[in-house]
Formats: sequence, structure tokens, C-alpha cells
Amino acid sequence: MVVALSGRIHLDEAAETTPDHATIELADGQTSTLDAPEADVTVKDVLVEEVSIDGMCGVY
Amino acid sequence: MTVCAVSTEVVADRAAVRFDLDGAWQLHPQVSIRSERFGALLYHFGTRRLSFLKSPTLLAVVRGLKSERSARTACAAAGVAAPDMPSYTSALATLAASNVICERSLG
Amino acid sequence: MTALASPSTGVGSLVDQFQFGLDAPICLTWELTYACNLACVHCLSSSGRRDPRKLSTAECRAVIDELERMQVFYVNIGGGEPTVRPDFGELVDYATEHHVGVKFSTNGVKITSEIARRLAASYYVDVQISLDGATADVNDAVRGTGSYATALQAMRNLADAGFTGFKVSVVVTRHNAGQLDEFESVTDSFGAQLRLTRLRPSGRGADVWDELHPAAAQQRDLYDWLLAHGEHVLTGDSFFHLAGYGESLPGLNLCGAGRVVCLIDPVGDVYACPFAIHENFLAGNVRSPGGFQRV
Repeated sequence: MVVALSGRIHLDEAAETTPDHATIELADGQTSTLDAPEADVTVKDVLVEEVSIDGMCGVY
Repeated sequence: MTVCAVSTEVVADRAAVRFDLDGAWQLHPQVSIRSERFGALLYHFGTRRLSFLKSPTLLAVVRGLKSERSARTACAAAGVAAPDMPSYTSALATLAASNVICERSLG
Repeated sequence: MTALASPSTGVGSLVDQFQFGLDAPICLTWELTYACNLACVHCLSSSGRRDPRKLSTAECRAVIDELERMQVFYVNIGGGEPTVRPDFGELVDYATEHHVGVKFSTNGVKITSEIARRLAASYYVDVQISLDGATADVNDAVRGTGSYATALQAMRNLADAGFTGFKVSVVVTRHNAGQLDEFESVTDSFGAQLRLTRLRPSGRGADVWDELHPAAAQQRDLYDWLLAHGEHVLTGDSFFHLAGYGESLPGLNLCGAGRVVCLIDPVGDVYACPFAIHENFLAGNVRSPGGFQRV
């Protein structure tokens, strides 16, 4: 089934605009290097989905 | 009532790692939350969009934003483990980009 | 490379959740009354008649209480013409006070400047004005003499009251399918948002289907127009069938009946689908023990 979402969760799009890596500071003060999101980041790692519910019959 | 400051910096750059984790955030006042088994449904009465949070921990983070000093401490308070921070940061960036959460102006 | 452990619980997509059903509707359609000051030729609910068995004010409040408990986000209130009920304002206030949003459909007959100002004051309330022609002649042929003027006046009152983004809902017919750009001009001039929906052979719509349904060529033009303008025009996913022409229109392309939405009619009967009101799809009645939640 084709599902057209709002396009907010496509990490592979973000990969084209983010730097190769970024340094993030973790809660305990240590730093870590995070590589740019790779193509194998799956949908299950994404915690937020957004949709305009106009796209469902019966909803208005 | 606290005012939501619109952060153009976050909207312009949705890359997870540049979300202002050290900023003060809050749930947008026009958003209703409904917790579900899988996490939560959020409905924004201003934008008429539905957001789907896939983890109860993320819901706890979002609920804790207003009373915590920063998004980072809200994550810690909700028990987000260090290796999971990138996913949570990315999630918060998504919510900020659609105005579900917004920056809190202090004072 | 830092391995990203999945922090989620393996939850599928939002649409997967909708497939399996939620504990409560996200929103639902509630036809408050079948009474109406108009008698549109294509009316889905064949309105114009009054039913003495309709839910009382107290019974309506009880339904709202249940919706609040179930955390339904909002109700789409329609009918008939919901504003002809004397308790309409009271019920809208009661709903918003109990954290249930209200979106209501109206032909505009009661949207005075005063009412428009009160509606504009709450973000919990949204208004949808019905219009079936960008010009009076096209509109009034379907909705009755004077109905165009009534609708435009209501829009003017809402715009003057600062209510931006209210909806103007159009049922696309053979006679207005060529007016889509004009509809957009009308809605733009009032700061409103256009909504197009498809004619359904339901209610009185079944009687006028042959004369009113858009021709095949018009469906094709509509599809092209939606692709070009779809970003800011609502459709309630009612044109998903046009995806046969090519790429899908934006939307979930999902039937929400009984899973995400449902219908309550003026006497409290609950149906899965607002467009398939038939005893085979009747789930129960809100007056029965356990109320709406049980149904």
C-alpha cells in the first residue's frame, strides 16, 4: 500500500545536507562522534511520524 | 502564560544533531496528547496535524519539557539511555519543525 | 561507527496502528439533527425532517462526557443544519470546556457577526461553510435561492472577526467542476481554506446522481487540478480513486470506518461509516447501557 506521509521522517534526505560527522555531547558530559545517517537506518529507529489527517476518508 | 518563541534555526535545519538540546522547550499550547499502548497520539489544533510518538519514553520526555531546565535534562529525567540520544534528538527536531514543541521564553 | 540500537519498541507505522484499530476514534462525525432550513438536492442525510426521538441536550452532554473520557480529539458536528438546534451554542461550549474540539459544518444561516466573534475566540472550534457554486446561479440551483448570499455573508462575518483558516467545503458536481479556480479566489478573499469532496450516491445524492455526477473528462481535469493545487486544498481523501490516473494524491489512502472514525446520528445510533448508513452497519445506540464507549 502506498502511504504518503508528510515527509518529515526521511533521514536519508537529511544525509545529503548534514556534514560527514558531528560531535554531540552526551548527558554525562562525554562526547561522541556520530556519523551521518546512513541508508540502513530503518523506520523502526524513527520515533515520530506525522500526518495530516485530511488524508483519510471520513475525517474532516 | 509562557510564550512560544519560533526558532527559525531549528526549522531551517532539521538535522538531528543541531537541535538545541540545551534550550528550554515546551509542548505547544494548542496540542492535545492522548497516550496509547505504543506511545502517544498528538493532535495540533493550529496545524490540524496528527503526530504519532512511538515510544512511551518519548512521551515522558515531551511531557517533561516544560518543567525541565532543558531538553537534555528532560531526556535524562525520562531515562533515555546515552546510545539512544541521537534518535530522541532527531524526534525532538521533527516535533520542533512542525511546531508541536516550541522554545520557551524564560522570565 | 556508533551502532544505533533501536530505542523504539518495534512499533510499526502510524498506518499499521490504524489498521489494527485504536481504543477510541481520533475524531468522529456527529449529526446533531436532520432539521435544516435548506433542502439541497444532493443532501447525504436527506435532511429537512425533524425527529422527535433525537437526543436531548442532557443526552448530548452525556455523549460529550464519554468522548472526553475516551480522549477523542474532536467531533465533526453536522446534520442537517446543526445551528438550528436551540442548544447548539451550549453544546459547543460544553464540548470545548471538556477538551473535545468541535468542527461543525453549516450553510451559514446563523453565523452572525456576534457568533463569528465568539467562534474566532477558541482554537478548539473550527467552522466549515458549505458552498456548491462559485457563483450564485450555480450554487443556488443545488442549495436553494438565497443560499449563496447566506454563505458569503457568513464568510464575511468570520473573516471580519479574525477567524482565519475556516473551511469552505464544496461537493464537486458536473456544474461546478469548471469553477475550481474561482472557488479558490473566493476562499482566498476571506482567508479561508478550500475543501473539495466527491459527490456520493447516498441520501438524496442517489436521486440526482445521474444529473450531477462529474463526467469522465471532468474527473481527469479535477485530478490534474488537485495535483497542481493539492498542497493547500483539503479533500478528506475523497478522491483517492483518481489515483488510477497516475500517481497517488497526498493522503493516507485508508478507509477509517470503525477504526479511526465513526458516526453518531441524531437519535444516537452509531455507524462505522458516515456514508453507509444502513442497518447492516449499525453498531448500536448511545442510549443503551454502557453508552458510546461500549458500542
